[in-house]
Amino acid sequence: MKKLALYVLVALAAAACASNDKKETPAAVTDLSSGAQQPQSGTGSSTTQQKPMGSVSGNPLTDPTSPLSKRSVYFDFDSNAVKDEYRGLVQAHSRYMTTDKRDSRIRIEGNCDERGSREYNLALGQRRADSIKRALTLLGVPAAQIEAVSFGSEKPRALAHNEWAYAQNRRSDLVYVESKSVKR
Amino acid sequence: MNASPALRARRLLAGAILLASFVGLARAQLSIDITTTGGRQVPIAVMPLAGDTSQPQSVGDVVGADLARTGLFKLVNTGGVTPLPTEPSQVNFADWTTRNAEALVIGKIEPASDGRVEVRFRLFDVAKQSQLASYSYVVAPAQLRATAHRIADVIYERLTGDKGVFSTKITYVVKRGRRYELQVADADGFNAQSVLASNEPIMSPSWSPDGSRLAYVSFDQKKPIVVVQNLAQGTTKVVASYRGNNSAPAWSPDSRYLAVALSKDGLTQVYRVPAGGGDAERLTESPGIDTQPAYSPDGQWIAFTSDRGGSPQVYRMPAAGGAATRLTFEGTYNVGPRYSPDGKSIAFVQRDGGRYRIASLEIATGQVSVLTDGNLDDSPTYAPNGKMILYEAQVGGRGQLAAVSGDGRVRQRLTSAAGDVQDPAWGPMPTN
Repeated sequence: MKKLALYVLVALAAAACASNDKKETPAAVTDLSSGAQQPQSGTGSSTTQQKPMGSVSGNPLTDPTSPLSKRSVYFDFDSNAVKDEYRGLVQAHSRYMTTDKRDSRIRIEGNCDERGSREYNLALGQRRADSIKRALTLLGVPAAQIEAVSFGSEKPRALAHNEWAYAQNRRSDLVYVESKSVKR
Repeated sequence: MNASPALRARRLLAGAILLASFVGLARAQLSIDITTTGGRQVPIAVMPLAGDTSQPQSVGDVVGADLARTGLFKLVNTGGVTPLPTEPSQVNFADWTTRNAEALVIGKIEPASDGRVEVRFRLFDVAKQSQLASYSYVVAPAQLRATAHRIADVIYERLTGDKGVFSTKITYVVKRGRRYELQVADADGFNAQSVLASNEPIMSPSWSPDGSRLAYVSFDQKKPIVVVQNLAQGTTKVVASYRGNNSAPAWSPDSRYLAVALSKDGLTQVYRVPAGGGDAERLTESPGIDTQPAYSPDGQWIAFTSDRGGSPQVYRMPAAGGAATRLTFEGTYNVGPRYSPDGKSIAFVQRDGGRYRIASLEIATGQVSVLTDGNLDDSPTYAPNGKMILYEAQVGGRGQLAAVSGDGRVRQRLTSAAGDVQDPAWGPMPTN
């Protein structure tokens, strides 16, 4: 059920990003080094109440109410720019990896829509993954804990051959690779 | 190519039995449609070989189909000739002249020792009433189809001056649902064998120069890595599994190296790794993406895709790395270069108004010709005689194989009954 809910959320986010062209509010530069919580722009963001270690009941990564449950970042055609609406998502995960669960490791899986040459798409997907990796490392996550990989156009989430499906498939997913140990 | 229903059923049954096995005959054969526009076709009569009982196709049928598929020949009706001529003295050249045949093939199959058979064929110039070739092969009955391809190779070379590629192999990836298979088949799509099966994607198969090994990209470790598989032994060796992506393997002509695309140091760049395994050596240093390397046949150059200039274009550099030169200039998307066997041309994928087509570049002049008219064509691969380019064409959301002659005149569509067919690679000339 949770998985389904997550999927619906993701689908809504994708629909939103597909229909909602260039209406982003100017990006507020957030200083995270101070640890201060500031309001953030964009739809995917919310001010996260950081819970101390040990008080987490259940896994924040699978709790649909946690911003950490959002782990997909969508891209425009031919673009690897991380849109402002995903700033909050990236910040939430960087906080988790630098504060809550310092030993967590993450694999960022870049994806492309089916158009274009398969091997070049693999490299484009890798650049999308790499742009998330860079965003995380700028926020203090050690590069050694992040692997940016790509599935190119090999593993489309949406199987149709239309713009809506393409928008869903231009995506980077954040995958925690030691999910078992996260549960403790 | 039309098997009888009974034969088709037998083939299906055989497929069902082997379905669970890792390596086996693939279920679906490829059927081939050819269209030819313009140009002269040589009318050739290929007689049934006397004593031929081979199934599912006779040797004569296989030879005729091979020749017809090139678009360079037109098969002449051979009906009503009895008894089948097997010697030059039995040929009625006047009859073949009336039938407008310019070339004639006759032959016979007779039992030889040890259960083997002797196949003899003769090729004639009808106008000159002279014999152009005469060969005999002693083979096991199971080798009759392969022998037919060798006969077609001889005829093709004798009549066109170019080497035939009927005895070569092709490889491609078949995707059915979530199931991926790497298959190797004869150049006519028959004898498809699955050499690898996985529930994860398989990409970019590449033949070693001697045809004994395939390098490919496996996703079995949840990310792309480069594997080399020995076809005869079935053994595999991981040759690149660095942090990040490992993909786009291409063999050096001396078989010592695989050029690969790795992202271990950031964005995807071109490296080379020893084909037997060893450390990667970086060949490109660009701020963009460098990928899809291809060695020139003389081993001097590597062509590759790079977007260092803002849009993805084809570049070339010395094979050990060094200054790169841009080769493509028209349009904003020219990727995936593959050298022709003579090293004079490069086939690549060109995007034009949202459509992706196969184009070829004549290196000396910079002349570009668009060869295909699909919407999403990818993965061009030259036949080892340079006459045809095999590629993947997406039709109705499904990948299929297609081939086009270097001049765009002859087109073939190879249709598989089941699944997406992707990423073809044409194997080298057989070494025998």
